Amino acid sequence: MSLKRPAKDQPENFEFNSSSLEAANKIISKYPKGKQQSAVMALLYIAQKQNNNWIPLVAMKYIAKLLDMPYIKVYEVATFYSMFNLTPVGKYFIQVCTTTPCMIRGAGKLVEACKEKISENESELLPGKNCSWMEVECLGACVTAPMMQINNDYYEDLDKEKTLEILDKILKDEKPKPGSYKGRINNEPENGRKTLMELKNA
Amino acid sequence: MLKDQDRIFKNLYNDLGSDLTSAQKRGDWVNTKEITEKGRNWIINEIKDSQLRGRGGAGFPTGLKWSFAPKEVGSRPHYLVINGDESEPGTCKDRDILRFEPHKLIEGCLIASYAIQAHVCYIYIRGEYFVDGQKLQAAIDEAYEKKLIGKNAAGTGWDLDIYIHYGAGAYICGEETALLESIEGNKGQPRLKPPFPALIGLYGCPTIINNVETIAVVPTILRRGGKWFASLGREKNTGTKIFCISGNVNNPCNVEEEMNIPLKELIEVHAGGVIGGWDNLQAVIPGGSSMPLIPKEKCETLTMDFDSLVAEKSGLGTAGVVVINKDQDIIKCMARIARFYKHESCGQCTPCREGSGWMWRMLERMAKGEASKDEIEMLGDVTKQIEGHTICAFGEGSSWPVQGLLRHFKDEIKKRNNFDPIVKETQNIPYLVDQHLLDKNA
Repeated sequence: MSLKRPAKDQPENFEFNSSSLEAANKIISKYPKGKQQSAVMALLYIAQKQNNNWIPLVAMKYIAKLLDMPYIKVYEVATFYSMFNLTPVGKYFIQVCTTTPCMIRGAGKLVEACKEKISENESELLPGKNCSWMEVECLGACVTAPMMQINNDYYEDLDKEKTLEILDKILKDEKPKPGSYKGRINNEPENGRKTLMELKNA
Repeated sequence: MLKDQDRIFKNLYNDLGSDLTSAQKRGDWVNTKEITEKGRNWIINEIKDSQLRGRGGAGFPTGLKWSFAPKEVGSRPHYLVINGDESEPGTCKDRDILRFEPHKLIEGCLIASYAIQAHVCYIYIRGEYFVDGQKLQAAIDEAYEKKLIGKNAAGTGWDLDIYIHYGAGAYICGEETALLESIEGNKGQPRLKPPFPALIGLYGCPTIINNVETIAVVPTILRRGGKWFASLGREKNTGTKIFCISGNVNNPCNVEEEMNIPLKELIEVHAGGVIGGWDNLQAVIPGGSSMPLIPKEKCETLTMDFDSLVAEKSGLGTAGVVVINKDQDIIKCMARIARFYKHESCGQCTPCREGSGWMWRMLERMAKGEASKDEIEMLGDVTKQIEGHTICAFGEGSSWPVQGLLRHFKDEIKKRNNFDPIVKETQNIPYLVDQHLLDKNA
């Protein structure tokens, strides 16, 4: 099990802005009447997006009221799932996959790069920096390992050099190009595929 | 090698585009109406004839699963739920279906919903696949626009709504009942079975849960016939499967191949061989991290399907093949997998919550050579006490890889960990031993 603690400094107020509220209502309508509680995860995402990548406790209380459910149930959900950040992580949140398939292809080097460029410890937002990093479990891009995720985008087929380049851009507040850094757009074998030959470059 | 015309996922590498027009050119949505007109029983029987087994890991026969749905819709509506919470280390096949073949999935949803009489289908996608989920959403919007789903979907007279539900980074939500809990807005902790979801599932209603790949192959099976699908592979292990080959190979890739393909062919032909040559191979995890590893000697002749891997005390699982060569420390690799399970245990059952952490800490020490001799047996004991003592299969999933390591690489662990036990056993005290382990019949 993973341990998550809410941040010490919490804002006093939180409310959805109009575009968030509209998105939230659209999501609630996907579920049957009376089952609006199903939307809690999606609403936590919206809150996280609105509040600079993290969810304060007041947002959980707000969502609980909105969905007519106990606050503790929202808190339970927010602490159970690893993608809800309960502490500030910065504008760019970098997640490096270090599970075995990535590890044996050199994910350790990516971690080194993050330590050099961002912070010595994971999940640490240094003052003046716009990003933080952490090691995460399998992100489901094992064929393009090693890889990392920055906010919603995947950066695949990396090595230390390319990671450093990406991090430099992030620190300059530029968004690097997502996808594979060996030029593949998919999961085909890099040199010489043996299947679906007729369709290649069709 | 499988012939190209027998491949189901022609756009696996996105040569042709994933939009509706390109998908229709490949044959999707061509005669959906005629298929549904043949009736529910025909669809379910055809799937039974094809001997399609679920692609999510457990390999349960899909036709049989569909036939568990109540024949008449009572006071409670039926639901179809698609499991796209692909989180098993070594597996990334569903992602390619979501982003490159979304229309196969959507059409499969319509046919499956019709067969089990569901009007609402939820597709559960892991939160990290947000970008790929957006691509699926675009395809769903396109299908709504062309009236392929929605009211009177594709002219079949059946109403169907498809919604995407994003997960948020919990591996356990790939377990079907945990997934339902997650959709209901709770923490993803598995439910006790029975009752099975086919009778009491989402919101207490009859629910059928299938993997993304299972549903995406359904339209092609019905078009080309169950017999065609059954002619590929071998008895009870039929059809094609997307294999994900990762780890220490020259060209890691996803490839659709026939069931029962030799492992050596997968690695040598499709993935460009092991880094450092075949002789540099140490072990292979054949089906995602939950499946016990297989040492090199057995990889020579191994064929990849459900039953032949069970015979080797492993399993096909999700067909995520992780190749580990001799440059890697095998104990460290398994310790990392144990850490994964320690992190992802939902914490509901004590043996799993505590045991997964024990296994991780013991393996970490063994990797460093800090463990004592007796701990090797103790580790085996811990795995036996987790396996079978939990609500869901996570207990097995976390203990099998460790058991595989102990089965095949015990000598390696022994060589590295040569300390005498801190407390020496001077006499045999039976009540300090777990009694169930002494019972040979248990």
